[in-house]
Amino acid sequence: MGQPSMNTLKVTLPESADSQALPQGNIKMSARDVKVFYGASEALHGINMDIYENEVVAFIGPSGCGKSTFLRCLNRMNDTIDSARVTGKVTLDDQDIYDPSLDVVQLRAQVGMVFQKPNPFPKSIFENIAYGPRLHGLVDNKTDLEEIVESSLRRAGLWNEVKDRLDAPGTGLSGGQQQRLCIARAIAVSPEVILMDEPCSALDPIATTIIEELIDELKGSYTIAIVTHNMQQAARVSDRTAFFHLGNLVELSATREIFTNPQDTRTEDYITGRFG
Amino acid sequence: MSNMLLITLLLGLMAIAYQLGLVRSKGVAATTSGTGVKMHSRPTYHAMLVALWVGVPAALIFAVWSLFQPGIIESMVLAQLPPEMMPATENDVRILLRRIHNLSGGFGLIEEAAAYELNAARYMAELRSISQMLMIALMASVAATALVWTRKRIHPLLRARNQVEQAVRVLLVACSAVAILTTIGIVLSMIGEAMRFFSFVSPMDFFFGTTWNPRFSTVGTDGQTGFGMLPLLWGTMMIALIALAVAVPVGLMAAIFLSEYASDRVRAVAKPIIEVLAGIPTIVYGFFALITVGPFLANFGASLGLEIRATSAITAGLVMGIMIIPFISSLSDDIITQVPKSLRDGSLGLGATKSETIRKVVLPAALPGIVGAILLAASRAIGETMIVVLAAGNSPVLTANPFEAVSTMTVTIVNQLTGDLDFASPQSLVAFALGLTLFVITLLLNVVALVIVRKYREQYE
Ligand SMILES: Nc1ncnc2c1ncn2[C@@H]1O[C@H](COP(=O)(O)OP(=O)(O)OP(=O)(O)O)[C@@H](O)[C@H]1O
Ligand SMILES: [Mg+2]
Repeated sequence: MGQPSMNTLKVTLPESADSQALPQGNIKMSARDVKVFYGASEALHGINMDIYENEVVAFIGPSGCGKSTFLRCLNRMNDTIDSARVTGKVTLDDQDIYDPSLDVVQLRAQVGMVFQKPNPFPKSIFENIAYGPRLHGLVDNKTDLEEIVESSLRRAGLWNEVKDRLDAPGTGLSGGQQQRLCIARAIAVSPEVILMDEPCSALDPIATTIIEELIDELKGSYTIAIVTHNMQQAARVSDRTAFFHLGNLVELSATREIFTNPQDTRTEDYITGRFG
Repeated sequence: MSNMLLITLLLGLMAIAYQLGLVRSKGVAATTSGTGVKMHSRPTYHAMLVALWVGVPAALIFAVWSLFQPGIIESMVLAQLPPEMMPATENDVRILLRRIHNLSGGFGLIEEAAAYELNAARYMAELRSISQMLMIALMASVAATALVWTRKRIHPLLRARNQVEQAVRVLLVACSAVAILTTIGIVLSMIGEAMRFFSFVSPMDFFFGTTWNPRFSTVGTDGQTGFGMLPLLWGTMMIALIALAVAVPVGLMAAIFLSEYASDRVRAVAKPIIEVLAGIPTIVYGFFALITVGPFLANFGASLGLEIRATSAITAGLVMGIMIIPFISSLSDDIITQVPKSLRDGSLGLGATKSETIRKVVLPAALPGIVGAILLAASRAIGETMIVVLAAGNSPVLTANPFEAVSTMTVTIVNQLTGDLDFASPQSLVAFALGLTLFVITLLLNVVALVIVRKYREQYE
């Protein structure tokens, strides 16, 4: 990944995004005419989107345009908001995730989530990671559990920093470490898709760079959808970028396309900083 | 002149001083306009400062004078008594002074007043009026001097605003000091009386004695017996434990329901209703226990073949448990609600169900606070009096059977202090020793609870 170029307003694109070849693998998740209502007000007006396997797709757009709302549709976290109602169809591997017969517990094990603010449980680092595997009964002995904890922490690039203090509280880590702990916690249940809602907005530039590098490594094994307000970040980490505006998906194409040759004037206005 | 009138006058004087100060400072302000000098403070601040200078020193004189006048006058009166009439014991001196007091105030006496008493009374009245006049003169001159001086000193550069702020600070500090000093005073007097008790009964016998039976020991002899506190402490603990055994599960479940499952509308209605339980006067709980719960338990026990006394530890404990439910449910509800939503989302996002999230994340996160709430409820239960007076049966014996009658420290304090008694005897002084012990126990519980709750708060700040 290129170094973050904070001082330029214009978005610089990393070399890797140069290739026009889009990840035309299998469709991992797809949304058809997804609308979300909070009480009577409609926050999303019918979103259609396909997300491919092992790609990183970034959601950008002005505040309040529905990025988080759409992200939460993908693992049914909107269920936890009493006033929220979702219509339309969302599939994971061609299986409708809003099908009443589908087990939401299973779904969330497959589609993990990392939140804006690091939210480690007030437990030890070990227990934080072990939480998910225990919940889903992924292991039946302590050695297996320790293995999962170690491998998850390794994948999240945190192992070396915490291996000597797995019993220390997770809340005692720095913000960036906490966020990586949360990523490790999500990885520990071996999800297929990881949703990230502004995972770096509470972090300093160095911690942000570490997370971005981590995302780059993870995309080999996971499909990742990331919401960000930082267009540099979208450009650096994502293969494709989706621009949301007022509850609509305005444009979705290769990240390079969006930033160099936006099709819609709203997209252009947004990425050139004319609003948002 | 009565003190009320004096205070009213002083307030009136302050109002006048305020007006004078206001007029004067406005005058000063007018002279400065156009000269480029700016008034540091607005006229009202100058006026307030004048009023404070007029009122406060005079009021302080008044307070100090009222504090020392009676003592000084009494000793002067005693000094001029004919030496042969001087009573021998301190108690008799007090009685004599009381009589002289009444005579000088024009009240009647039970017995005929002796001539020397009449003389003393006349002398006392004389001293009092002299002292009163002296005080008023002093106050008036101080107030007048202050008025003249402060009014004159009003100047554009005088930092009146800051000085008034300072005065307000002092006032606030003084008010908090009153509250703190009162607490310290109560504790000290309790300690003093308890010490007097321990001059009759050794602390070892009191704290570790297992028999409570002080009524039958004769007053004044050495080696008072039957002052063992343990049966009372045990009774207190047993009832508090029964109460907690009732209140903790019920209160906690109620809190979980309110915070996690109830809709906003239900919560808005249910929470205040539960809190009403805490507002019911304890005497009402007491007769509820005595008239309803006790007989019910006795009958219920009989149908099971158990012997349950109508007034027993279990009756008092049950009803007390109901009383402290809201302490636990309300506090725990607040604490559970404070657990950040992000933690819940984190758990739900990993595929945990709602109840798993509550059990494995929310409750552990809230646990310190909940323990604090339980300790607060426990200290409430330990200090509770009315319910146990009526429903515990008042039988100070060491028993492990909750169906028997017991007695508690609070009940015993009530018993020892009611009726016809001599406040110098260990029988009534023991109330202070018990009260002090109770105070220390509840204080410790409260401190521990507050520390825990505070720690918990910091965690999510
Ligand atoms: N819990 C909720 N209840 C009611 N309305 C909500 C709720 N959450 C979001 N909304 C509304 O839905 C719309 C979309 O919100 P959303 O949080 O998805 O925006 P966003 O694009 O993530 O914004 P941001 O970049 O500020 O995070 C907004 O108008 C918002 O006010
Ligand atoms: Mg958002």
